[in-house]
Amino acid sequence: MKEHNFLSFVKKETLHILRDVRTMMIVLLIPVVLMILFGFAISTEVNNLNVAVVSPCRTDGVRQCVERLANNPYFTFVGYITQDDIDHMLRSAKADAVVVFDSDYERLLALRAGGVETKPAMQFIFDASNTNVASAGAVYLQNVMLADHSKQSLFEMHLLYNPQMKSAYNFVPGIMGLIFILICAMMTSVSIVREKEMGTMEVLLVSPVRPIKIILAKMIPYFVISCINLTTILLIARYVLDVPMSGGVGSIVLLSVIYLLLALALGLLVSVISSSQVMALLVSAMVMMLPMMMLSGMVFPLENLPAVLKPLPYIVPARWYIEAVRKLMIMGLPLTAVLKEMGILCLMIVVLLGVSLKKFNDKLE
Amino acid sequence: MAAIEVHNLCKRYGKVTALDHVSFVVEKGELFGLIGPDGAGKTTLFRLLATLLNPDEGSATVEGCDIVKEYRSIREIVGYMPGRFSLYQDLSVEENLNFFAALFGTKVEDAYELIEPIYKQIEPFKSRRAGKLSGGMKQKLALSCALIHRPKVLFLDEPTTGVDAVSRSEFWDMLSDLKQRGISILVSTPYMDEASRCDRVALCNEGKILTIDTPDAIVRSFDRPLYAVSCSNMFGLLCKARADRGVVDCYPFGSTHHVVANDEFAAGQFVDNMKAQGLSDVVVEPAQPTIEDVFINLMKR
Repeated sequence: MKEHNFLSFVKKETLHILRDVRTMMIVLLIPVVLMILFGFAISTEVNNLNVAVVSPCRTDGVRQCVERLANNPYFTFVGYITQDDIDHMLRSAKADAVVVFDSDYERLLALRAGGVETKPAMQFIFDASNTNVASAGAVYLQNVMLADHSKQSLFEMHLLYNPQMKSAYNFVPGIMGLIFILICAMMTSVSIVREKEMGTMEVLLVSPVRPIKIILAKMIPYFVISCINLTTILLIARYVLDVPMSGGVGSIVLLSVIYLLLALALGLLVSVISSSQVMALLVSAMVMMLPMMMLSGMVFPLENLPAVLKPLPYIVPARWYIEAVRKLMIMGLPLTAVLKEMGILCLMIVVLLGVSLKKFNDKLE
Repeated sequence: MAAIEVHNLCKRYGKVTALDHVSFVVEKGELFGLIGPDGAGKTTLFRLLATLLNPDEGSATVEGCDIVKEYRSIREIVGYMPGRFSLYQDLSVEENLNFFAALFGTKVEDAYELIEPIYKQIEPFKSRRAGKLSGGMKQKLALSCALIHRPKVLFLDEPTTGVDAVSRSEFWDMLSDLKQRGISILVSTPYMDEASRCDRVALCNEGKILTIDTPDAIVRSFDRPLYAVSCSNMFGLLCKARADRGVVDCYPFGSTHHVVANDEFAAGQFVDNMKAQGLSDVVVEPAQPTIEDVFINLMKR
């Protein structure tokens, strides 16, 4: 086939997309909306945590601690309460956490500093009905309260890469994993299956062109759209959500392009096995989106999976991608640190392409 | 070598036999019609010949190429127009045409002289989306697209279904014109009246071919006397005529009923019989058999 033809196929696909303005707008706006939504509205980070304090004696040490708490933008100091009020404050949700100072706070600290084993000098009580807030808040509160006692405490805790535990850091790689599957895999498979459903595939097949070429031409505009999305996501991540991108934008782009190709190959496979647009959507949702969300570590920690399901995430492409993006974006590791993930993604591309080309049928049955 | 040769072709979908040992030959430059109701297996036959399906039994060749072994060669030399409008509704007339030209590695200009008589009728609307065309214009566009690569054989699956009477007639004129240019055409239609526009027709029903001949010979093959009867109570007439001794078959035909008679039938006797049963105003006139009469007759045998 002549080069000239291939370009006219790409042009035809581009026209299909451009003519469907509504879908195109959705496709271009989804990343922006998701980024803003996850970045700001839906967050697991500790914000405006109401903290009450119980302190029988208000020594200078206690005052200093409470001052630090009140000045911290992530906590709101709601006031001193008595031991008896703790339960009431937590139950009525007037406080999310209570810090209890021992009446002997200063002396205990001094003893500990001298290496003497004592009872704890301070207690944190948390409303753990929201486990995310409780665990993240506990860690952060501990950091704040013990800030100048670090030398005296038994251990020192230091959160690397994301010390404030900003949820944007966690979600940006996840959203990237999601969006590209959504647009590349889902949109391409639906647009290929649409040709089967509309009957145009029948005419395409009765021509000298191998239909696989038409399908490859179909993927190019979606690849371009995904690249636009990648740019949007990276810009929002960098300038709106302040994600560090310390591993270098080039590496992130390279890794993402590999993942895009993988998503396209996945879309091709879905289109080969489904015969209607509804089926393509269902297969995409059940086989791609659901495991993506559940098994990629985007929402739920993979460590929590029951033993039977543990091997599953190894075959979920998004898991490898998200892990690699985290390394590059948040941890600031160089490209060489994600070679394993890249290799696995490339292998998946080869397998998916192989299977779909083998299954591809240039007849109607 | 004939344009299309079909030998004992069979196609089954599960337990349903869509095509049951069908054989026929279409000569080069012939306009061959497949006439039959929905479910006769016409579309299946087209898909087999267009190499979209593989047969379960039998074989067929198009321009000497086997539909199974040499399907790639066939795809280069045939023009296929499926029953359902199968162009891109969201692309304009011109964009559709350009795309199909590119599909066959050619340019619209190269075949313009061939498609001109058809395309010039829709050219004023060339920037209109294909989905917004009328039924007749859609068919013209689809035919233009099917002709863009100068095919040797044209497969047209019910091209006139859903098209108004004037456009249908125009469409058949175009086909005659294409035939003059040496293109062999296999066309299907559920409309019996269109059979006369073909060189030869195959009447088919339920996956079988009932008869193959020229439209005239098929009409001549109707060897029984045929009458058109009518009265004010048409339904009563239908029931009572069927019970009459001299009547082989009676069925509604336009505004009259056609009566296929045997040797005992006499028009005067029939009117008297009907009058005796309370139908006083029965009119009997001799009628010319049509393809439809032959079809109904063959189907009931």
